[in-house]
Amino acid sequence: MTKPSFDPTSAPVLEVKDLVIGLTGDDKSSPVLNGISISIRAGETVCLVGESGSGKSVTSLAAMGLLPRQALEPRSGEILFEGEDLLKADAGRMRALRTKSMAMIFQEPMTALNPVLTVGQQICEVLQEHTKLAASDQKKTVLEMMREVHLPDVERIFGSYPHQLSGGQRQRIMIAMALILKPKLLIADEPTTALDVTTQKQILKLIDEMQEKQGTAVLFITHDMGVVAEIADTVYVMNRGNVVENGPIDAILTEPLRDYTRKLLSSVPSLVPRAPRPHGSSEVVLSITELEKVYGKKGWFGKFEAGTKAATDVSFTLKKGRTLGIVGESGSGKSTVARCVMRLIDPTSGSIRIGGQEIADFSRRAIQPHRQHIQMVFQDPYRSLNPRITVGDSIIEGPMNYGVPKAEAMKRARELLSIVGLPDDAIKRYPHQFSGGQRQRIAIARAVAMNPKVLVADEAVSALDVSVQAQVLDLLADMQEKFGIAILFITHDLRVAAQICDDVIVMQKGRVVEYATGHAVLTNPTHTYTRQLIDAAPGRHWDFANFRPLETNAA
Amino acid sequence: MLVYTFRRILAAVPVLLTVAVFVFLLLRLTPGDPAAIIAGDMATPEQLERIRTSLGLDKPIVVQFFSWFWLLMQGDLGTSLISNTPVSGMIAKHIEPTISLALLTIVLSVAIAVPLGVLAAWRHGTWIDYTVMTISVVGFSVPVFVIGYILIQFFAIDLKWFPVQGFRSITRGIGPFLERAVLPSLTLASIYVALIARMTRASVLEVLGEDYVRTARAKGLKEKTVLFRHALRNAAVPVLTIIGTGFALLITGVVVTESIFNIPGIGRLTVDAILARDYPVIQGMILLTSGIYVLVNLIIDLSYSFFDPRIRY
Repeated sequence: MTKPSFDPTSAPVLEVKDLVIGLTGDDKSSPVLNGISISIRAGETVCLVGESGSGKSVTSLAAMGLLPRQALEPRSGEILFEGEDLLKADAGRMRALRTKSMAMIFQEPMTALNPVLTVGQQICEVLQEHTKLAASDQKKTVLEMMREVHLPDVERIFGSYPHQLSGGQRQRIMIAMALILKPKLLIADEPTTALDVTTQKQILKLIDEMQEKQGTAVLFITHDMGVVAEIADTVYVMNRGNVVENGPIDAILTEPLRDYTRKLLSSVPSLVPRAPRPHGSSEVVLSITELEKVYGKKGWFGKFEAGTKAATDVSFTLKKGRTLGIVGESGSGKSTVARCVMRLIDPTSGSIRIGGQEIADFSRRAIQPHRQHIQMVFQDPYRSLNPRITVGDSIIEGPMNYGVPKAEAMKRARELLSIVGLPDDAIKRYPHQFSGGQRQRIAIARAVAMNPKVLVADEAVSALDVSVQAQVLDLLADMQEKFGIAILFITHDLRVAAQICDDVIVMQKGRVVEYATGHAVLTNPTHTYTRQLIDAAPGRHWDFANFRPLETNAA
Repeated sequence: MLVYTFRRILAAVPVLLTVAVFVFLLLRLTPGDPAAIIAGDMATPEQLERIRTSLGLDKPIVVQFFSWFWLLMQGDLGTSLISNTPVSGMIAKHIEPTISLALLTIVLSVAIAVPLGVLAAWRHGTWIDYTVMTISVVGFSVPVFVIGYILIQFFAIDLKWFPVQGFRSITRGIGPFLERAVLPSLTLASIYVALIARMTRASVLEVLGEDYVRTARAKGLKEKTVLFRHALRNAAVPVLTIIGTGFALLITGVVVTESIFNIPGIGRLTVDAILARDYPVIQGMILLTSGIYVLVNLIIDLSYSFFDPRIRY
């Protein structure tokens, strides 16, 4: 936690005063933002932290004048940018300020960049709009800026389209685009959430470096307390359209005043692994040997050329009632392994045994009776439940497929729904009537209804807010205890893996680089890549739940 | 890209072959003696026999097919039974009006419909949007011949701005060509304006919700730049599909318009051939039509990659 100094007595660059924002043309409904006040000074990094629906993104869009005009409108308050009230500025004035004086970067650099224009053109546009530079100078300026954000081979990247670049490179392009005119204020809306941890670390460092160089005021929006601990000078905690608490970073992390802040901090899973559990049953329910998946590139006239190796030489075993985590960054092959295990895709070679039965080379039809032994919970509960089928019908569909009579399946569905903590009437309702956390509970109930031996959870808590995440992880542990299910837990998040896994596999580029107990992997990693991953985890020297720095790791 | 083009052309071969077989069988499988159908009720047995020999109907069907197909490969579509001139020559003579009319129609439609669609999407939910959508419903619902006769009555007869009917080749000057082609093109365009405007609106509306449009606005770009540079190009692919299919439909479906405006295009040729049961001409027309569809689809698919660099063949 190095603090770039800023002058707390200087006039704020951005000052939001009692801002109220509500639904357009609907004065009666409660506002989305309920009179919030924030101020940011030159060189200061202010973190706006909160869970989904807290209003943190609305705040940032309001400052940029980018609220979706048919949905949201400011009702009262002021947004002062260097003393000028932006809520009174007209469209032309706002256009002139954007990027020139205040710039914004977004969460997902893939979708935030236009896919059909080269990134060079997209940065040049800023210069065309706001400066009178000649075309040749524009390119020179852009290349210079691209070098400044440490992009390699800038001439080539200048002419590249977004899909030809990596996630980190795309976010660097976004940063170059935002900072090319040296704005006074940079608003970053979850800029690293979609990135791998190692890339996240680099991007955070870059933002910090650029801030120091240009003296920019940064408004950083995030849900990740780790990132907050890493970069913030000042923190505003938001919940349901209100600022519940604000103050310097140290005060917020060590002595939070409000219950909500305490709750938020305590839900951050610790990087310290949980105590190893005693070995239980020795029954092996899933064993994978030398699994390989090559995505073939179809060559001319149907002949196959050597393709991408998504997984090579993957072997592991999973015992009854245990949890095995597969950790890795995007492209590491962790999801490929999960899908092979589920036989949603066909492995190129290797063996997959479920309870002793080899299923790797089974045909679609032959595998059918074995499907019930292995069930999956997906990442996004908003898309993994059919919106037109009631919760009850979703749950009983599987068991009925395997011959359970409807009445019996329904009875079991009711039991399961109450076990996962949903009300009795949930069975007749539709998925859209539930929150994300509740939906994931439904998805878990659906999977467990099949009495599987193995539950594959592919990033099953990644889309959830931390407080909900903690509850769902508890639920998974409960279910495991009750039914003795083995869990194969796929995640990119070391913190989550530390809390739930008995054993951990670390994958990189399709290969297993480390396979040991969760405790060993996290406290004593043997592979450099594992160490890199742990080092990159934001806020790693902070024990959030106990409001103090971690003693074991002198920062 | 070249490889892909080549493979697509190869893939068209079986399609066209199937069509060829179908076209061949069309004449042979119609109930009754084709020669009798061709010759009509008043024919003498000698005339019938002559027609049979000239069509090769006295030989086995497989032999007939291959000799017909062999000629086809050499571009010989047979000879018209009515005018006794080669079918390929007749098509060549009639295709210019049709193609030039179709091109003009598509250009007019795109020029009118795309800005309308973008405008409607941009001002989604306002009176502008509703007006554009109403125009589009009208364009869909009013039959082509009604619009054609209304345009003739108003612009040609009342205002006397344009001639009522007829066609001038573009080779005889752009002025006389346009003078006679504008009304039929507008008539034909009515439905395509409706179609393309709707498609553009839906497609742009979707793109306007994308993150990169927000980024473009966050850069302080003018709305015009946001709409036409960032949104429209991303919305192009579905619109392009409609335009391409529309063009193929135009060439093959101009029968009504060419009759109203008395244009000697392939639409008229087809109608005349059907009325006169001129089978070789009908066969040639079917072959031409399917060929045009295959070609237009290929061009559409290839042009996607021009608008969207992520599509590479």
